[in-house]
Amino acid sequence: MNDALIQQVLSGDQRSIARLITCAENNDPDATAAMKKIHPHTGSAHIIGITGVMGSGKSTLIYELTRLYRKMGKTVGIIAIDPTSPFSGGALLGDRVRMMELAMDEGVFIRSMGTRGMLGGLTSAVYDVVEILDASGKDIVIIETVGVGQAEVDIIKIADTTLVVVVPGLGDSIQTLKAGVMEIADIYVVNKADRPGVEQTIAEVESLVDITCSGKDRKTPVLATTAKQSEGIEELVQAIINHRSYLSEVHLFEKQRRQRYEAELIEIIRKRLMGFIFDEETFKERIESLLDQISKKNIDPYSAANEILAHIIK
Amino acid sequence: MRKRKIRVLIAKPGLDGHDRGAKIVARALRDAGMEVIYTGLHQTAAMIVEAAIQEDVDVVGLSLLSGAHMTLFVDVAHLLKEKDMDDVLIIGGGIIPEQDIPKLKKEGISAIFGPGTPAEEIVAYINENVKT
Repeated sequence: MNDALIQQVLSGDQRSIARLITCAENNDPDATAAMKKIHPHTGSAHIIGITGVMGSGKSTLIYELTRLYRKMGKTVGIIAIDPTSPFSGGALLGDRVRMMELAMDEGVFIRSMGTRGMLGGLTSAVYDVVEILDASGKDIVIIETVGVGQAEVDIIKIADTTLVVVVPGLGDSIQTLKAGVMEIADIYVVNKADRPGVEQTIAEVESLVDITCSGKDRKTPVLATTAKQSEGIEELVQAIINHRSYLSEVHLFEKQRRQRYEAELIEIIRKRLMGFIFDEETFKERIESLLDQISKKNIDPYSAANEILAHIIK
Repeated sequence: MRKRKIRVLIAKPGLDGHDRGAKIVARALRDAGMEVIYTGLHQTAAMIVEAAIQEDVDVVGLSLLSGAHMTLFVDVAHLLKEKDMDDVLIIGGGIIPEQDIPKLKKEGISAIFGPGTPAEEIVAYINENVKT
């Protein structure tokens, strides 16, 4: 990875940004060197996370948000994450379909990513991609998580502002979301608000907010949008801007960023440890022979794990 | 863990609305372990090339049934070249008359897969010809 490429990333060149992201995704050692040089140039983008159940219109919402941000003169980077098949290792990444109109805009960069084995609705390289887009001068970075609706709470470790999208007519969906996802929202979006039952959904979310925000200085806003008709988008952008100001006012911004670096640091360490175990041929052989012994009940899995770890932790 | 994953953009340039074939190919490539970015219908050559740049794909697969392949496939190939993306493998599918294939190959479309091509054949072709 040469310095010229890093310079081009910093100047916002689409091709160079794309290339560096590929290296980061593939755990290329060159990418590590580049990321070291990129880091000092990061920190100015507002990172927005969008999560919610499958089919809640996240991609369309992102398209509309981006159009409005562009009208305001802001540049936007989008990371759209879809699940990688645990069986084939392949992925079908279709979020771009709803955003193709943005393809020709120089001020927008869209990247589709597979989860590549990560749980929690994100992908391991997402930290790097956020830093790359931030350093490339994007004012706004939007991350769209996998749409599962239950476990993708990891987004709060990366995003400054997290949007949780729900839609009317999903019955008990809000009930089931309560446990995890509903607690992470900085802003609730009730999308597809032209559908019947929208009042009930808004009321349900608001009653949930009353419980979770009682005694707190900020009440999580609940906004209705119909992204397909571009309705409610201006109010949503205003709410996002307000949240960002709030973070600064109560000195939460730096604290949250620190949490992101903590998550990133742990992820880097995890990846390198896993690399130790799985990349080295000798370890592979060792694991195979331990598996034989576990199957034959000669050793238990805990003792086998200790044997492996003894080679790493001295 | 270090092995590079093949990324493929599947696009439908032009105006026809039949994307069944494109979707079947997209699924087959996913099942072969590739990351497939699907862009949907009615794409211009410029939009496809811009998406290929941002997604940094190794392969661009184009599907067309309207008969405009001589212009649209060639436009994509030229534009990719213009943008220094000449290491990208370009393949095509759809209703493409036999006599057009040599001309398309000359313009940079590496292979054409007509209706009824077994998916394994496309997978094997990509694995053998991708430049990574």
